[in-house]
Amino acid sequence: MTWKQMFTSSVGKKLVMSFTGIFLILFLIVHAGLNACIWAMDGGVMFNQGAHFMGNNVVPRILEIGLFAGFILHIVQAYMLTIQNRKARSVGYAVSYGNAGSKWYSRSMALLGTIVLLFLIIHLSHFWFPNRSHQGFLLGEEINLFDTMKEVFSNLWVVIVYVLGCISLGYHLAHGFQSAFKTIGVHNKRYHAMLSGIGYTFSIVIMLAFAMMPISFYCGWVS
Amino acid sequence: MEHYNMNLNLKVWRQKNTKSKGEFKMYRVENISSEMSFLEMFDVLNEQLIHEGEEPVAFDHDCREGICGMCSMYINGKPHGPWQANTTCQLHMRAFKDGDTIVVEPWRANAFPVIKDLVVDRTSFDRIIQAGGYISVNTGNAVDGNALPINKDKADASFAAAMCIGCGACVAACKNSSAMLFLSAKVSHLALLPQGEPERHSRVINMVAQMDKEGFGSCTNTGACEATCPKEISISNIARLNQEYLVASLTAEK
Ligand code: HEM
Ligand code: SF4
Ligand code: FES
Repeated sequence: MTWKQMFTSSVGKKLVMSFTGIFLILFLIVHAGLNACIWAMDGGVMFNQGAHFMGNNVVPRILEIGLFAGFILHIVQAYMLTIQNRKARSVGYAVSYGNAGSKWYSRSMALLGTIVLLFLIIHLSHFWFPNRSHQGFLLGEEINLFDTMKEVFSNLWVVIVYVLGCISLGYHLAHGFQSAFKTIGVHNKRYHAMLSGIGYTFSIVIMLAFAMMPISFYCGWVS
Repeated sequence: MEHYNMNLNLKVWRQKNTKSKGEFKMYRVENISSEMSFLEMFDVLNEQLIHEGEEPVAFDHDCREGICGMCSMYINGKPHGPWQANTTCQLHMRAFKDGDTIVVEPWRANAFPVIKDLVVDRTSFDRIIQAGGYISVNTGNAVDGNALPINKDKADASFAAAMCIGCGACVAACKNSSAMLFLSAKVSHLALLPQGEPERHSRVINMVAQMDKEGFGSCTNTGACEATCPKEISISNIARLNQEYLVASLTAEK
């Protein structure tokens, strides 16, 4: 059993999905926590301090590389698995099994993930890219991200796109959270019940927390 | 339950052999008793076809009592038809009403090629079992029944997994054509018992490797398999299989 055999088997590929998925979940917690500083009602002072630390300290900047690696692994593996799984049935059914056996979002992980990916590209081009290019992609002078958010989220269409992105992420996690733990082998029924409870709660909380950010700016709830 | 007769329209997949293309054909059967089984209804259809000089519909069946796992029919969008925890041979016509149109398709998965009409080749399952679904025992006198103490909960879980009849409905229902529910049942019922211990690690690694070689998809935990399984094999067996695989591959010497 070489490492290669391990991670290229069907179960091993799922392990990669699951490890990277859980890693991305941890990232979401940090990201949501830090961004919640916009509601400090201090004109963005606290938020900009947090953003300054994340963008101008070597430690988070090195961790950022790991984050990108995690995203890329998760996304590349997801598409490879999806293509491979589609290929396993060349002739489809005339009548589909549909919702009787599984949840629509459990069957739509690739679609939901693709929407999240498109959202991510838009999101990076709004904040990450302008900021990093301003810094010359190293440690350097930053732009005022709080003001950028104010400006970006004054456009209703942008707010709608962000909310749709968050909803897709919520459904992606509604399946993904509990699935990831099954994939790494948690089989005891009592943990299943607990993990799906935590998973649904987490999905809703994360979806609301992120969706409320653009909405708050648009409605002028932050000052 | 009141007895009644019904007339039905059947939309059945016809395919001459593995290589030919295949298509749906419409048939009508009349005076079908609500007390017939689904396969008996197909017997009526085939009598009729033979009478008319047409080729009867090929379908798999053996025990007709829900234990052999041969009767593979995808009926109105669900493997083994509308009832829960049920095989096609145990599906009775009282599940339908007069005038219904019933669509019958073979299992669809490249690892289960159609041999003819509704008959598919499931020898891929046999090869997965050959790759590791066995235990080593000493020949000679049979061991005393209860010589080896076994935890009751584990014995029950093992027995529940051993209920799998290898019908392939889980693969047919899965959007990924994954054989993981089947494989997890076959791995679990041995992994839970002391008799399965000697080959525990090599079993799971070899069986997963064979499953991949056969061209089944990989599991995304949608749960469609569990919902359609005639033997109600629990999807938690898949999580157990994942754990077996993780431990076996991480602790391998080389
Ligand atoms: C912050 C973003 C994301 C998080 C937190 C996340 C989280 C997860 C988790 C926890 C799983 C379950 C893994 C498992 O079942 O073992 C998963 C599965 C999946 N993800 Fe993501 N994901 C994210 C972004 C994406 C993106 C951008 C894509 C784009 C293509 C994607 C595609 C998929 C697919 C196709 C699956 C299903 C694979 C499977 O169940 O085997 N995800 N994700
Ligand atoms: S797990 Fe259930 S559906 Fe799958 S082969 Fe076994 S009995 Fe059939
Ligand atoms: S014919 Fe044996 S299970 Fe249906």
